[in-house]
Amino acid sequence: MAPTDTHTRRYQESGAPADSAVANPDPRTITTVPEDPATLATPDVRTVDGQLRIITEELRLANEGLRPEDRSNFCDHPPEVIKPFRAFWENFLNWARSESLWVLGFGTGCGAIELRPLMTSRFDMYQYGIQPRPTPRQSSVFVIGGYASVKTMKRIVRSYEQMQGPKFVLGLGSCTINGGMYWDSYNTVNRLDHYIPVDVYIAGCMPRPEALLAGFMKLKEQIKAGQCEGANRYAENFEWYKANQKRIIKNWDMPDYNW
Amino acid sequence: MSDQQSTNKSAEPAVHKVFADLHNRYAVRGLEEIRPDLAFLRAGRDEAVAILTHARSIHGYRHLAFFTAIDQIEEERFELLYMLHSYELKHDLGVIVEIPREGEACAMDTIHHLWPAAETYQRELREMFGIDFPESPGLQDDFALEGWEDIPPMRKEFDTREYSERVYYTRPGRAKTDNRGYMKEKIYPSEAETW
Repeated sequence: MAPTDTHTRRYQESGAPADSAVANPDPRTITTVPEDPATLATPDVRTVDGQLRIITEELRLANEGLRPEDRSNFCDHPPEVIKPFRAFWENFLNWARSESLWVLGFGTGCGAIELRPLMTSRFDMYQYGIQPRPTPRQSSVFVIGGYASVKTMKRIVRSYEQMQGPKFVLGLGSCTINGGMYWDSYNTVNRLDHYIPVDVYIAGCMPRPEALLAGFMKLKEQIKAGQCEGANRYAENFEWYKANQKRIIKNWDMPDYNW
Repeated sequence: MSDQQSTNKSAEPAVHKVFADLHNRYAVRGLEEIRPDLAFLRAGRDEAVAILTHARSIHGYRHLAFFTAIDQIEEERFELLYMLHSYELKHDLGVIVEIPREGEACAMDTIHHLWPAAETYQRELREMFGIDFPESPGLQDDFALEGWEDIPPMRKEFDTREYSERVYYTRPGRAKTDNRGYMKEKIYPSEAETW
């Protein structure tokens, strides 16, 4: 499967430099535009009939991880691309989104400890319009706190899909970039952006709360510039992301998209 | 404090009576006293549960501090280590049991009837080392790994780096630095001759 041309074009138009990781003047944060999935090899996923089936001929989700009697209980509609509004209105919405970042309170790894100082008076993330929320349904930012094991990855995918768009992902710590100190572990994913779309990476092990705040500021800039289209990227390259996820999550017992 | 002094300083520590008793009753061997409050001994596979029961019920080693396995792949065996603690003697006793590491023989009697918490240790040992504990409850349930299909990852023949490169996508550009050389040169130059 190949991503549509609109996806690539929008990225070129949005002006995000391909080597922004190098050009970024702020050494505390690294922002990268994810690689075009079309240039990457399709992973090999073993399935019953030798071929991974995520979307059926009727353009519905196959939900093959569920038992047949359970399938009717779950929505089988694949995610769709939500096109941005026209310029002025979308800019206004992006401003509003960037000034009201609600973080999902799900500490997926050791990096989650760096979120706690932000809540207290010294760093006080509330002054920037950032606050934690208890459920993915109310959140717009997912902070992946460090290493993601396969077991956590399943919950990350589930939580990410349950968040309502537009949604943004902050990769916190070196582990989300290339596996960090767990790069050769049997249980830690190396590249988070192969499983869910990532908007901003914050390098460090651990990054300090200041770096985390700098990452949030970078995210705000990107949202205002209209570059944070992670949810749309996920919908456009849905089968590629799903194939990557199913390659490591062997006991897939949830719907193919968690509405 | 009086207990500890009597344990540490008197000519015949109280734990020696325990060792003597275990030696008289069972074929224990290889007693190693690492510290006054820590000792290891080796037990046969068939007698291990009897020794653990005796130490727990008679000598007051009521606390199972941990239970783990060591992969001695060169000697083609696993060493199971039961670490017991006695609050009265203020003493840790490690009981080491050797079992074969291959095939049907890679199994051990369950001790969940002595310490219910051992059930969790045994689930983990089954998952990480592939050691079977017949009749241990919930033994086949997933513990830390979900849907693991390869050989158990804590066995030493498992190549974790090869697995990671095969399954997870490595990001190119990772460079290796000579940490030891760097520290020698930059951080501790005055101590370099002692390295």
